Amino acid sequence: MLEHILALLPQVIFDGLILGFVYAMVALGYTMVYGVLELINFAHSEIFMIGAVVGVEVFRYLAPHVGNGFLLLLIAVLLGGVVAGITAILVERFAYRPLRARGTTNRLVPLITAIGVSFILQDLVRLVEGLWHNEFFLRMRTVEDLEGSVELFGGAIFAQTKSFILMGVSILMLVGLTYLVNRTKLGVAIRAVAQDLHTASLMGIDPDRIISRTFLIGGSLGGVAGVLFALQYTTITPYVGFLPGIKAFTAAVLGGIGNIPGAMLGGLVLGQLENFFGTYLPILTSGNFGTEYKDVVAFLILIFILLVRPQGLLGQVVREKV
Amino acid sequence: MRKIGLLVAGVAALGMALGQANVIKIATQSPLSGPQAALGEQIKLGAELAIEEAKAKFKALGFDLVLVPYDDQANPDVGVANANRIINDPDILGVVGHLNSGVAIPSSEVYARVNLVMVSPANTNPRVTDRKLPNVNRICGRDDVQGPVGAEYAFNNLKVKNVFIIHDKTAYGQGLAEEFKKRLEALGGKAVAFVGTEETSNFVPIINQIRGARPVPELIYFGGIYSQIGPFVKQLRERGLKTRLMGGDGLDSSEFVRLAGKENAAGTFYTTVAGPVSAFPKAKAVAQRFKQKFGKDLEGFGIYAYDSANVILAGLEAAIKAAGGKKPTREQVAQAVRQVKMEGLTGTIEFDDKGDNKKAKYFIMQVASTGKWDDNKLIRVIEMAAPGAR
Repeated sequence: MLEHILALLPQVIFDGLILGFVYAMVALGYTMVYGVLELINFAHSEIFMIGAVVGVEVFRYLAPHVGNGFLLLLIAVLLGGVVAGITAILVERFAYRPLRARGTTNRLVPLITAIGVSFILQDLVRLVEGLWHNEFFLRMRTVEDLEGSVELFGGAIFAQTKSFILMGVSILMLVGLTYLVNRTKLGVAIRAVAQDLHTASLMGIDPDRIISRTFLIGGSLGGVAGVLFALQYTTITPYVGFLPGIKAFTAAVLGGIGNIPGAMLGGLVLGQLENFFGTYLPILTSGNFGTEYKDVVAFLILIFILLVRPQGLLGQVVREKV
Repeated sequence: MRKIGLLVAGVAALGMALGQANVIKIATQSPLSGPQAALGEQIKLGAELAIEEAKAKFKALGFDLVLVPYDDQANPDVGVANANRIINDPDILGVVGHLNSGVAIPSSEVYARVNLVMVSPANTNPRVTDRKLPNVNRICGRDDVQGPVGAEYAFNNLKVKNVFIIHDKTAYGQGLAEEFKKRLEALGGKAVAFVGTEETSNFVPIINQIRGARPVPELIYFGGIYSQIGPFVKQLRERGLKTRLMGGDGLDSSEFVRLAGKENAAGTFYTTVAGPVSAFPKAKAVAQRFKQKFGKDLEGFGIYAYDSANVILAGLEAAIKAAGGKKPTREQVAQAVRQVKMEGLTGTIEFDDKGDNKKAKYFIMQVASTGKWDDNKLIRVIEMAAPGAR
């Protein structure tokens, strides 16, 4: 039994890492928006999905013309990031900003708007893809360059080229974002708006502009995550964003919502929990609880962590703004 | 609304008024418009050919045989509306149809009100006959027999002992997987694991389980739909696992190849209730007549519809004789059809007390490596009785 578990363990941890990085990238979008607006932007899971769909379309149309798979992926990642980022800005501009302009103080109103936007985006993509290709299940085209694989540690880990790319790109983005927030002028402005929107505006910061930028950055990260998700897991539907979105949101809360390193940590922890229990639950319970209970167990652990640390793993206890 | 009511009453009255002593009509109900029209048309044309060929025989008995096709648009509402029109035409003594179980089930409740016999060429849902309506019969197989058929083939022919079983937690997929497991274990095989998942994108945890499972599974059985099995098998093969795969007719779609990639899909086994034309050697001559008459190729559902119509005609003939040459009632026809025993293109047709074919045919297919769904190979035909009639 123990031997059985140990033999698979390196592989399970490796796969959990991949999933964790996807969650981490999406979680950043949730946590940044929450940081500045205290809004849970549920439409973010659809921004992620739009990135994935852009990735599929880029591969569909450009794969015959672009010989190099890595170049193709670069184009897909850039385009996915840009389209998703612009969509996020548009959502903010037309759905959330008018509510702010009217001085809505009820937090539930933008939340419901976010859920509504989420439905609209899902069905919009479904409509477009239906008219364009008459397809519901979109399949990421296979490109030879990205399909290679290696066995590490004497076969203990089976790893694909695209998994390494996913991890590399996400680490790059996480580091880049940390630099941007902590070391640049825009980052200072974002943090200022996050701390106190009104005071920030008195210091010569245009809050609407900064909020828009925040949506752009969060949306782009989500879009890139979508492209890489499509590359890794290959089948995409207009509704594919929902579950990763919910889990990334959970990851953001687990890490301490509003806290950027926390979102990354939360994503990685959740990815490991989910993959670990997905693989081992039937083995540990001798088949009585199947893989389908992986989320139940993972979320039970999350509830427990939050009971002990309600502010999240890296979150700080903040006093209510006065 | 009132106008429609008047219209319905008018049509009904017209039907009554025109009810003629020497005309017998057989109706077909199948989608003749919309995305499934190609399949529905096969049902209509298959029945039409059988009726054309029987015209002379019924003329000798003193009756004019007429086919009346209805378009159910693969839509339960339309099917039921048509059924109401059908039962109001007293000359209609039998229905061949439908294509979709979801349409057949409510429509057959309407036929049951007047004991109008229906013989289904294509409806595989267990509930079609499990309601034990005396007027509902089918000549094709049932969804819930596919599992045992797959298990028999895997154990006896593929010589597989250890199977990793996955299902999609739906009534269809889980039911299929459970029936597969039951039969496999009865034969002496072993289900290494029995796993349900609603996952549609990340199958990695399950693939890792397969990798680590002991004893090593020689086959993976997936009770589910192509949209889930496609990405699953893609990820499975990408990760270097070559274990053979089997599924039910939820996999029977060219979309499966598209989602899995043709090199990953190739070699996958699946069971289905609707065999390809090549499975029926007796259909060759009929296919030629079909092509001559309609200018189209005879396909699977056309063969089943041809047989369905002939079952009704055989019952009708017996009922006419029993009624002393007079036009029989719908109830008499329904009773006679249930008693029919005949050799059709698809094999022996004989109904049990629920209206299931006593020996329905099931087909083991294997996905071709060409990526074209029509190239899939017919491996074996297995006859098996419906549950409850063994």
